[in-house]
Amino acid sequence: MSTLTDELIDVETRALEELGRVADVDALEQWRVTYQGRRHGRLPNLLERLPALPVEERREAGRQANRVRSALESAYTERRAALERAHVTQRLSAEAIDVTLPGRRAHSGGLHPTTRTLREIIEAFRPMGFRVVEGPEVEWDYYNFEALNIPADHPARDQWDTLWLDSEDDEGKRPLLLRTHTSPMQVRVMEAQQPPVRVLVPGRVFRHEATDASHESVFFQVEGLAVDRGVTFADLKGTLYTFARRMFGPDRRVRFRCDFFPFVEPGVDMAIDCFGCRGAGCRTCGQSGWLEIMGAGMVHPGVLKRVGYDPDIYTGFAFGMGPERIAMLRHGIDDIRHFYANDLGFLEQF
Amino acid sequence: MRVSLTWLREYVDFDLAPEELAHRLTMAGLEVSGIERIGGEWDNILVGSVARLGPHPNADRLRLATVDTGAEQVEVVCGAPNVAPGQKIVFARAGARLTHPETGERETLKAARIRGVVSNGMICSERELGLGDDHDGILVLPDDAVPGAALEDYLGDVILDVEVTANRPDCLSMLGVAWEVAALTGNPVRMPSTEYAAEGDPITTADLVDLRAPELVPRYTSALVTGITVGPAPGWMQLRLQAAGVRPISNVVDITNYVMLETGQPLHAFDRAALAGGRLIVRRATTDEPLTTLDGRAHTLSTEDLVIADENGPVGLGGIMGGENSEVSDSTRDIILESASFDFANTRRTVQRHRIEVGGKRGTEASQRFERNLPITLPPVGLRRAAKMLVELCGGVAAQGIADDWPGRHEPATVTMTSERMRNVLGMDPGLETSARTLRSLGFDVSVADGPDGAYTITATVPPWRTDIGIADDLIEEVARIIGYDAIPVTLLPPTGEPDVPDPLTRLKDDVRDALARLGNQETISYPLVPMELLRTTIPGDAPQDPLRVWNRMSPDQEYLRTTLRGSLLRTLATNERGIGRESYRLFEIGQAYLPRGPRHQPEERTYVCGVLAGARAARSWIGGNAAAPDEMDFFDAKGLVESLLETINVRARYEAADDRILAHGRTARILAEDENRPIGVLGEVHPDTLAALDIRASRVVLYEIDLQAALSHREERDRAWQPVSRYPGLRRELALLVDETSPAGAVADIIRNFPSVMTSALVDVYQGPQVPDGQKSLAFSLVWQSPMRTLTDHEVDVAQAQLLDKLRRETGAVLRS
Repeated sequence: MSTLTDELIDVETRALEELGRVADVDALEQWRVTYQGRRHGRLPNLLERLPALPVEERREAGRQANRVRSALESAYTERRAALERAHVTQRLSAEAIDVTLPGRRAHSGGLHPTTRTLREIIEAFRPMGFRVVEGPEVEWDYYNFEALNIPADHPARDQWDTLWLDSEDDEGKRPLLLRTHTSPMQVRVMEAQQPPVRVLVPGRVFRHEATDASHESVFFQVEGLAVDRGVTFADLKGTLYTFARRMFGPDRRVRFRCDFFPFVEPGVDMAIDCFGCRGAGCRTCGQSGWLEIMGAGMVHPGVLKRVGYDPDIYTGFAFGMGPERIAMLRHGIDDIRHFYANDLGFLEQF
Repeated sequence: MRVSLTWLREYVDFDLAPEELAHRLTMAGLEVSGIERIGGEWDNILVGSVARLGPHPNADRLRLATVDTGAEQVEVVCGAPNVAPGQKIVFARAGARLTHPETGERETLKAARIRGVVSNGMICSERELGLGDDHDGILVLPDDAVPGAALEDYLGDVILDVEVTANRPDCLSMLGVAWEVAALTGNPVRMPSTEYAAEGDPITTADLVDLRAPELVPRYTSALVTGITVGPAPGWMQLRLQAAGVRPISNVVDITNYVMLETGQPLHAFDRAALAGGRLIVRRATTDEPLTTLDGRAHTLSTEDLVIADENGPVGLGGIMGGENSEVSDSTRDIILESASFDFANTRRTVQRHRIEVGGKRGTEASQRFERNLPITLPPVGLRRAAKMLVELCGGVAAQGIADDWPGRHEPATVTMTSERMRNVLGMDPGLETSARTLRSLGFDVSVADGPDGAYTITATVPPWRTDIGIADDLIEEVARIIGYDAIPVTLLPPTGEPDVPDPLTRLKDDVRDALARLGNQETISYPLVPMELLRTTIPGDAPQDPLRVWNRMSPDQEYLRTTLRGSLLRTLATNERGIGRESYRLFEIGQAYLPRGPRHQPEERTYVCGVLAGARAARSWIGGNAAAPDEMDFFDAKGLVESLLETINVRARYEAADDRILAHGRTARILAEDENRPIGVLGEVHPDTLAALDIRASRVVLYEIDLQAALSHREERDRAWQPVSRYPGLRRELALLVDETSPAGAVADIIRNFPSVMTSALVDVYQGPQVPDGQKSLAFSLVWQSPMRTLTDHEVDVAQAQLLDKLRRETGAVLRS
């Protein structure tokens, strides 16, 4: 008759052999019940006989029983892990997809190219201490013209063909207009505060002008104004240089030449070297090599006096530019009318 | 202004290449927008004269011309009808490059046999030389052309196209440009002579002119030149006028144009014999007085207009354009020459009123100059210069003296500038020597006073043609622009120490823009000027205030300032629907509505964000979305968007059912600021009638509109205090409630959300149907109960939920669904 020890070894051998043939989790469970099941498992059945053995035999059989039990347990754990790994691998391979199919897109929104350009301009000036303010689009003749050294019948008014509002004062004059530039805010800001002034004014402006590829009747401008003791033309140059390099790149060349605006003296036209030809001359720059992007100058003493600043104490500079023109140059847009036609095909490109 | 460099050299020397001169003028403020070369490629092309002309032996329409080139006589075949013996012509030798009259291509001329006769060159037309379009005959040169001279030496020129700014009427003259060149080169200006022999009878003003409207004519000068012979002007003058873009007409008219281009003073020559009464009357027009100007246009005048008249009526619109009836003709013998100073404002208004234009440009050569307020000293200068030419070039006899009743005396302006001011404005000082020399080179009379430490004061007498100079800073600009802005250093502004944050509304607008773009919406910007029809269709209320109207609208489509942005967005939607269109639209705009505040007041410009959603919620895709009728966006898409937006900008809002004229009843909500119950906007599905009126194809369009100024006043600007995250587990409970079907779910949800210990709550189901009693609806909430202090027990949650249910029943009538 075989001893309990022999039977234990026999069960171990069979169990491990059978475990080798187990192919899925169900069979594994079946195997576990067969050999390890608490009630009728073959190993527990054998173990139940242990207490009945004589002492000398019991020691040996007990040692053997522990060894077999732990061998089966670790074989079971190992097999289970292997089967689970195989199962996951199988599931994943069954779920394989065509990764070249398009993904689920989130709706993409976007900002208007004018907004983007305005922001870039503002961000370029902001570190130099310019604060953003905005002003009314429906303006008085006084702020748009008179206070800026452009009296009625002044030939310079030709530069700003004006849309007038249907409103008359006692003298039969039309005092209200759609501002032709953001410059009226120079006057409003200075009327409202004492120096130092350092503001940036983005905003919409209007012209009584037939539209074509380079003219809109409604567009945007950014005005800048800095007034304090000791603000000079040299500061104007430094400010605009800094802007140009932040906005257009560090190796951008800048040109300042004399120009005329009634509310500045001296007057300045600022140009940067052409993106297209880097100054050699091409169609974009009209063969000049330069792109005019901004008018500027030292605030005219007459304007300062009108707002109650003493021009002998305070000096300042002002500048103005059009974001559409800058966006057009950067993106090669050939027609300003795209900006406010609101064609999504255009807007969504930015 | 077209500036011929050949002509310019009469007044000033310069040895700069045209490109360099153009660059320096541009930098100094006189922008050169183009450089045109005449005759740069005229090798083997000479001045010749036609010595003899004979028939061609083999062709009726061709002739044989013998051309004298000074050095030799050459026989050429010529087919031009206008060739004649004795003419000075342009002769091209073999090897010359000419423009083919038909193809326009440039070809090299070769000796050729034409109908059996060898032609050793050819006589050229304008077109062949690239000078113009004329090919009806050969170009006949003025008599002073010398045979044998290279054509380039005779006709060659460089023309600068100069853009003159509004402050520089002086640069609408050759002399004005000459002063610029003088300053840039340091060379002097040669002023042309105005001296002439006046051999006629003395005249008084009354002989020539009756000045009845002195208030519109600050200065009126005139002269009398008798016995002139009208004919062509000398060749050199014709060439210069052509270079300047002015067509030669006759010696008298050409002289007035020439002197205008030279000095800047417009002039007019009247045929004295054609004037009833023999003198000019300068007066205001009478009401409805007719005048036909030289361009053939008939005008009806008013007392605002100034006319030059004779006893029979107007003969010209003063300072603007002559009339048809007093033109100088071939038989004219005696001339009254006018050189005046017309009031700039009145000239401008008359030009505007009668829409005077030439070649598409507003005004005339004369009016453009008068409008810029020419110097009061200029009329006699131009008058004398022209009289001198009429005497010397037209065989006329000038009367002694001129008519000039100007009572004023011109004190030349003086302006003082200090080195201190120079430094204050420019940030540098070029020094006394440079400043004084620069101003002198521009024609200023300069006196200087030295101070200590290199300080100085310059007192400058302004030359009469520089009407733009009035203050010290003007002198500073003169110095700066001539030495060049490049000479000014580059410095940076010091920090001001002032806050540089943008104003709150600007910041809010930016935040709203960013939030909506991030949430998938495209920003648009439209014209704030709209047609009345669009406003009528889209205003929220029934009785709109009259919108502000543009007096001189560009088109009816841009006549009124919008009082709402709704029309702009809906129209943008409609525009983009055209053609193929898109699956969906998510558009917004931030901009002003202009709310009238009564006549003679600026309107209130109120800032709104307005947006529309239309079309499919999800893009059509291979992933489950390929339905024939995809899910359309509806009210709740817009509401979710508005909720997310307001959360982002820190505005707490509530919603309640509302009505709006263009939105669908039952699908419209008013947006209220939670703290004060003030409306800040509206959201709803656009009424089908409105969609139809705007030709919108989409069947369902949701619109939202928020008053950003109102929203701003409810924006929590302070940083929110943080809430500790509870370390204790929460308990999830589902709660199904029955409420009356008309009772708003929002009230129930608000009570639950704000109930103590309710950490999160979500409305997960709204149901009406078989298991729910008639007239009621079931609302299912999923809530998490959680305490920051301890773990809640089931019992505690039961007690709290009972309290919540009690509150719900009392305030909304909601009961637990069993």
